[in-house]
Amino acid sequence: MNVLYGLLQPDEGEILIDGKPVRIRSPRDAISHGIGMVHQHFMLVPVFTVTENVMLGHEHVRPGLAGYLDRRRARQQVVDVSQRYGLAVDPDALIEDMPVGLQQRVEIIKALTRDVDLLIMDEPTAVLTPQETEDLLEVMRGLKKSGKSIVFITHKLKEVKAIADRITVLRRGRSVGTTSPDTSEEELASLMVGRTVLLRVEKKPARIGAPVLEVSGLAVNDERGHRAVDGVDLTVHAGEVLGVAGVQGNGQTELVEAIMGLRPIVSGTVKLEGRDLRGRSTKEILRAGVGYVPEDRSVDGLVQGFTVAENLVLNLYDQPPFGSRFTLNLNEIAKSAEQRIEQFDIRTRSHQAPASTLSGGNQQKVIVAREFTRPLKLFVASQPTRGVDVGSIEFIHRQIVHERDIGTAVLLVTSELDEVVALADRIAVMYRGRILAIVSPDTPREELGLLMAGVTEGAAA
Amino acid sequence: MSEGHDAQPEYLASSPDKEPAERTEVAEEAATQARLDARNRAQATDQAAGTEPAAAQPSTFAARFLRALWSANTVTVTVLAIALAMVLGAILIIVSDANVRRTYSYFFTRPSDALTASWNKVADAYANLFKGAIVDPEALAGAFNGTVRWERVFYPISETLSYTAPLAFTGLAFAVAFRGGLFNIGVQGQAIMGAIAAGLVGFLLPLPVGVHLLVALLAAALAGGLYGYVPGILKARTGAHEVITTIMLNYVALFFLSWLIVQEGIQAAGRTDAISEAVHPSAELPRLLAPVGQSLRVHLGIVLAVLVVWGVAWLLGRSTFGFELRAVGLNPEASRTAGMNVARTYAMVMAVAGALAGLGGATILLGTAFALTGAVVGSAGFDGLLVGLLGRAKPWGVLLAALLFGALRAGGNQLQVGSGISLELVSVLQALIVVFVAAPALVAAIFRLRPAQAGGLETGMAKGW
Amino acid sequence: MTQVSTVTFDGSTAIAEPVRFWTRQRKVGAGFLIAGVIAAVLFGALATDMQVRITLAETTAGSAVGIPGTVGAILFGLIAAGAGSALLAPIRRSWFAWLVGVGIVAIVLSFLCWQISQSSTGLNVMPLGNVANSTVRLALPLILGSLAGVLCERSGVINVAIEGQFLMGAFAAALVATLAASVWAGIVAAAVGGLFIAAILAVFAIKYLVDQVVLGIVLNVFALGLTGFLYEQIMARNQSTYNQPSRVPSWNIPLLEDIPLLGPALFKANVFVFGALAAVVLVHVGLTRTRWGLRTRAVGEHPTAADTVGVSVLGLRYRNVLIGGLLAGFGGAYFTLLSTTNFNKGMTSGAGFIALAALIFGRWSPIGALLAALFFGFTSALAFYLGAIGSPIPSQFLNMLPYLATIIAVAGLVGRVRAPAADGKPYVKG
Repeated sequence: MNVLYGLLQPDEGEILIDGKPVRIRSPRDAISHGIGMVHQHFMLVPVFTVTENVMLGHEHVRPGLAGYLDRRRARQQVVDVSQRYGLAVDPDALIEDMPVGLQQRVEIIKALTRDVDLLIMDEPTAVLTPQETEDLLEVMRGLKKSGKSIVFITHKLKEVKAIADRITVLRRGRSVGTTSPDTSEEELASLMVGRTVLLRVEKKPARIGAPVLEVSGLAVNDERGHRAVDGVDLTVHAGEVLGVAGVQGNGQTELVEAIMGLRPIVSGTVKLEGRDLRGRSTKEILRAGVGYVPEDRSVDGLVQGFTVAENLVLNLYDQPPFGSRFTLNLNEIAKSAEQRIEQFDIRTRSHQAPASTLSGGNQQKVIVAREFTRPLKLFVASQPTRGVDVGSIEFIHRQIVHERDIGTAVLLVTSELDEVVALADRIAVMYRGRILAIVSPDTPREELGLLMAGVTEGAAA
Repeated sequence: MSEGHDAQPEYLASSPDKEPAERTEVAEEAATQARLDARNRAQATDQAAGTEPAAAQPSTFAARFLRALWSANTVTVTVLAIALAMVLGAILIIVSDANVRRTYSYFFTRPSDALTASWNKVADAYANLFKGAIVDPEALAGAFNGTVRWERVFYPISETLSYTAPLAFTGLAFAVAFRGGLFNIGVQGQAIMGAIAAGLVGFLLPLPVGVHLLVALLAAALAGGLYGYVPGILKARTGAHEVITTIMLNYVALFFLSWLIVQEGIQAAGRTDAISEAVHPSAELPRLLAPVGQSLRVHLGIVLAVLVVWGVAWLLGRSTFGFELRAVGLNPEASRTAGMNVARTYAMVMAVAGALAGLGGATILLGTAFALTGAVVGSAGFDGLLVGLLGRAKPWGVLLAALLFGALRAGGNQLQVGSGISLELVSVLQALIVVFVAAPALVAAIFRLRPAQAGGLETGMAKGW
Repeated sequence: MTQVSTVTFDGSTAIAEPVRFWTRQRKVGAGFLIAGVIAAVLFGALATDMQVRITLAETTAGSAVGIPGTVGAILFGLIAAGAGSALLAPIRRSWFAWLVGVGIVAIVLSFLCWQISQSSTGLNVMPLGNVANSTVRLALPLILGSLAGVLCERSGVINVAIEGQFLMGAFAAALVATLAASVWAGIVAAAVGGLFIAAILAVFAIKYLVDQVVLGIVLNVFALGLTGFLYEQIMARNQSTYNQPSRVPSWNIPLLEDIPLLGPALFKANVFVFGALAAVVLVHVGLTRTRWGLRTRAVGEHPTAADTVGVSVLGLRYRNVLIGGLLAGFGGAYFTLLSTTNFNKGMTSGAGFIALAALIFGRWSPIGALLAALFFGFTSALAFYLGAIGSPIPSQFLNMLPYLATIIAVAGLVGRVRAPAADGKPYVKG
């Protein structure tokens, strides 16, 4: 898609538009050929307003004055497009103050304000609730009716079956086939991966023990001082996986950070086996037997410039056998690294390779290996399989289930519904900083979807 | 069992489920790094696949050595950077000499004049540079047949090593902080404070031989360490950027020194110019080559420098503090998540760096200057920045870089005396070398080197405010 | 059936919120309270009863407002303490800046009451018009330098080499102005000098992805060495042929120059004053209201986003860095065509870094940078004035004043500022 939009240059092959070969050298070229793109990572400047973001690159200027912006016309254009396609948005709002779902709409409006015939949508539903996804699919049907073509990129099988007229599956940079939406999900998944994929994880029934983590009345603020976690109660017992489901941005990140001591707690308590964790440093919490896989591995999980071995002791380097208060035991670190590389099937050229040379899935395995090297009472995993290849996903899932089977309490925070349904023994749905309900994984997906959108039984939407 | 991991379909890459507003920087950086990594991996695959499909892979050691030599690795880039700098330096020499300029005014009628004049001037200059830094071949020949004292033969090396010692310390001061993710531009100020402390102990505290020197050095390290700790703790507590605070503290230290040396009890008795008392001989760094000649200034400082370099290498590679320092320097967020106290690490790193710089100042005072003046530290602090960069912030690299810069400085003196060219040229050369070394891609482009994982100072270490 | 524990939510939070007591506002308030009390006591004790007179005029003659030294020191100290206590109470955020301003002014006045009443030369008048004039003058290079910084950094390129650009500008101005016997030629040459350093910065930062802070530092050393070398080789040998530019002419605007206090500062001026003020206005309007400004800001915050809509990220960065170089070079000319009339090695003495601090202190905005530059200019002017009246504080410590003020400003008063998001991060096309 980056090639189609002029962000990358092809090494071979050709692109035909209306039967004629074209060369797209830059986004400007792409736009001039009527190709627009809604990006997976939003291409919005956070400190700009909606209007400023939309007009960037093709600004209306007042005639005569050199480049003087005509903000009124730009604003009107945003309002027009927004009304025409049913994408309600406030033209003067700042992007950084808007929820993620609304930012998505701005991305779409941005593309539509240019004269596009072909709209590329790159993973647009990753940040949307099931309800918002439905709305988006409606918008797409409307666009289709007005004659636009859409390339819809997604890995969510249900969606693609719901909206597409034709489905092309890409694997390892090649097209492996074009099918119709009648194809079964299993068949699509196996086309994607190249072999039959287990969509469910085999697991024994849980043997639930004493409560390990008790969170009561927790309130936490985000960077800007708004309440992100608003009175959360939850308990994770030994030997169970408590999944926290919900669309990204409903306070899950702040919840986990507060538990790990990375974010100050405004009020409420967090207890680990009865001991109060509040006010303790992250180091103490980790030492107390808590393992942590942060949601953003490249920023928070690994030091990219360190070797694999060094990353494997990132929170253990000053403890025996890896080191003492003053010195490191390099031999032990190397030996242990080799063991764990073997044990966790981490694909790397050597334990001295920089972590940056590993693929996403292997980097995640390094983090998981690091945490599982020590005895844990509680394992906290935040989006553990985001951006990870299917094979590694299976591996990590098996590790999590294994950990739960040996009696560790597992708190799994994920926005992937499939993952939480497959792994969790109980599911807590989080919405706008509160736990709406704690349900069993057998709950029908529609109900889960509604809960994730903030709709509880009995209450009006 | 698992799928191949090296060529991942991007559709499964990290999804955007983040608050984009807060993660823009992160997304940007990740995106840039991903593109760079992809580019590097592509290059590496190219290399591995062999960019010369026709020629067979060289099999002999010599051939492989030559192949590696002409790629953009650290050593080649450094050597070529020096060469480039010398070329530009030559141009400066030509341009700034009035006589040579005159020969260019009639260049087209008699080019040989201009070319010979240029060549002579440049060759003479660089010859003097060499003679002042390493050895004077004539003196060497003379010493062998007994007409010249050996002292004269060793003089250039002695000078080089005298200049190298403080530069090693100040270079380490910058390098250690750099590895910790901090820009310690305050090396000059920290060195000044170290020199002051050493000086005060040196002439105010009467202590027995040996102990006196040790105490003076410790005082210098302590003073420098405290002076470095201040911007460190400011950064840790208030986020004040250390570039600005350290530069300001440089000027504060400079003014403090200029005030101190004219105070009663400190100013040299009976003198009206701004110079302090001289340190007692028991606090001086002993000369190493005294028996060979009185003019050979090389002193114990160089030995200390080597020991400290080794110590810093050990600290960085084998101590827990070094581990934390490097982790925080490469990724403070991940370090924090792993439980490290980032703010405290910053403060400690600056303290260690300051202590090293303080030792550098002490080396100058107790080794060659012996009394405090306004310019006692000279440019050792600022040169230390360049030395640290040239040494790629690695301890032994810093020592080698300090050696080079020491040689340039010693040679520069001879350059001024012998060719009449201002010592400032050396500063220009030094800056140019570092500029080129900091951009191996440029050197590689100029000399058509094969790409390699060049150890440059590029985006791998690029940080914003 | 599924177990659903229903939790009704009505939007209200029943949990009490223990707010942290020591917010930044309170800490600053406590600081002022303590400082004010110390000022009142210390300066009050040290001051004499000599009348301290402050006049708006430029000279010490004429009418002035007077207050006995001791009384003044104590009074202003208490006012500062009062401002500090006000900050301790819960007040509206908009009052924060005002109260901080009052606190700073009060402490300075208390300090001045001591200093002036202790004047060893007996000169116990402070001509504010003169001080204002000096403030603007001394701030001139800082304004231009920080504007250069604004242009570069808002586009995402860190420019630590302002000092080097100043030096090249100063040298070029002195040399060319002398050779061509024209200050205007000197000014053009100065801009070119700054452009030269900016070009190196741009190429190495944007194309070769060198760490920008490192690059800036090295360029400063390079400029210092180069100008020093050229000075020794060319100027030192023949000052009259190469190093004697004249001063830029003074341009006084007839009526406006008689406005008390501001008149002499702003309207009895010269090309630098007008140039600096014009530049501030142009950059401010440009950034907020033009297409160029929108694109520049986008490139500095989220270059990938700008690239995907067709904005030329690298081209824009190159252009802005080069224009910044022109401005900084022009600022450098101040040193040799206004402040003094010859070039000396290293004569900028860190002004480029103070300009950088002004940029950060002013939160990367042109107006903010202007105000911050004026603040730093004021500290220098104050140091001069105190030296002139024979203050008991040794001159070396007075010289430290602007540098110490910078540290306090960057560490204490600014809080955590936010640079443009992509500042310092080179942009690599996919």
